[in-house]
Amino acid sequence: MNHAIQHLWMPLSTTPLLWLVVTLAAYVVACALQRACRDSALASPVLIAIVLAAVVVLASGTSYVTYFAGAQFINFLLGPATIALAIPLARNARLVRENMHGIGLALLAGSVTSIASGVGIVWLLGGTREVALSMAPRAVTTPIAVAVSEQIGGVPALTAALAILGGILAAVVGQHMLHGLKVRDWRAKGLAAGLAGSGVAAAQVAARDELGAAFAALGIGLNGLLTAILVPVLAGLFR
Amino acid sequence: MIAAFLLLIAFELAGELVRGALHLPIPGPVIGMFLLAAVLIARKDRPDAPAIPEALVRTSEGLISHMGLLFVPAGVGLIAEAGLLRAEWLPILAGLVGSTILSLAVTGLVMHWTTRPRGDAPSVAREAAPPDLVGHHGGAR
Repeated sequence: MNHAIQHLWMPLSTTPLLWLVVTLAAYVVACALQRACRDSALASPVLIAIVLAAVVVLASGTSYVTYFAGAQFINFLLGPATIALAIPLARNARLVRENMHGIGLALLAGSVTSIASGVGIVWLLGGTREVALSMAPRAVTTPIAVAVSEQIGGVPALTAALAILGGILAAVVGQHMLHGLKVRDWRAKGLAAGLAGSGVAAAQVAARDELGAAFAALGIGLNGLLTAILVPVLAGLFR
Repeated sequence: MIAAFLLLIAFELAGELVRGALHLPIPGPVIGMFLLAAVLIARKDRPDAPAIPEALVRTSEGLISHMGLLFVPAGVGLIAEAGLLRAEWLPILAGLVGSTILSLAVTGLVMHWTTRPRGDAPSVAREAAPPDLVGHHGGAR
């Protein structure tokens, strides 16, 4: 029996197809689980899929290099997906012009707070430079965060996980917290969700209000640009 | 759909070329994203051809709505960083929670203080939102 399994497993484990299938299947299962949890923000399909795929990879004793040989085909699509963010940005161009003053100030304040507090807390608690650099671009949408992290010498996988976990956290506590601070304007709530929690938090706002959705899209796109400029420049200064 | 995908890839390539040529510290796809946004904003709507082609809207919506899947390969990479997570779980956890909460609060408050008080907001929503969404205003959960 064991012999037969090994006979089947050996050729399979070397083809990239296997890990492509595992990754896609993990995501399909994760999406079904989220639906079963009534679309709760806590049951993030991204997080569940990562855990499922990681369990299969670890349990089968596969190295990340072997896994990535198959999964790289999915990873490649992050590039075109980042370019695709240009479309919601172009559609909301008028909203930016109408609220230019507030958006600019809030964006700059929020972006600097996110970078400085993330790096500062890691540094204060004795974290390494590698971890601090991985934390710096955490708030922006994952493809941009990963690209920036790679560029400045962070750990891209850690940045990806932080971006996703931060998004879930922002989606879960964001609305209640801003209400507690007496912020009820959907323009402010949307921009804050997009800036601090990118796609995951924006999706939660988008389900409630379309003005909030437009400003969340703005928060994602503009913070992506600002962070992509600020973080590598700041990292260069403190080298 | 293929033409739209070609356009996305072409702008990614253009972004990489610009980054290489100008030695910019910004990732290539991010430069490509803003190049494409600038082109789309500069184009004028014409009766026979909207500024943003229909196929491009559909392809990009498809990619963005399944973006979660695209993060899975990078996320699984965490298994290779188990040692780092064990050694530095406290700074990682505190940095994540602290920076998320602080940036949410600062962005929301600054935006709240600097935008004109409510009142004009609903009209902005009605003008700017796509017509198919306006009917559901406030109705969604």
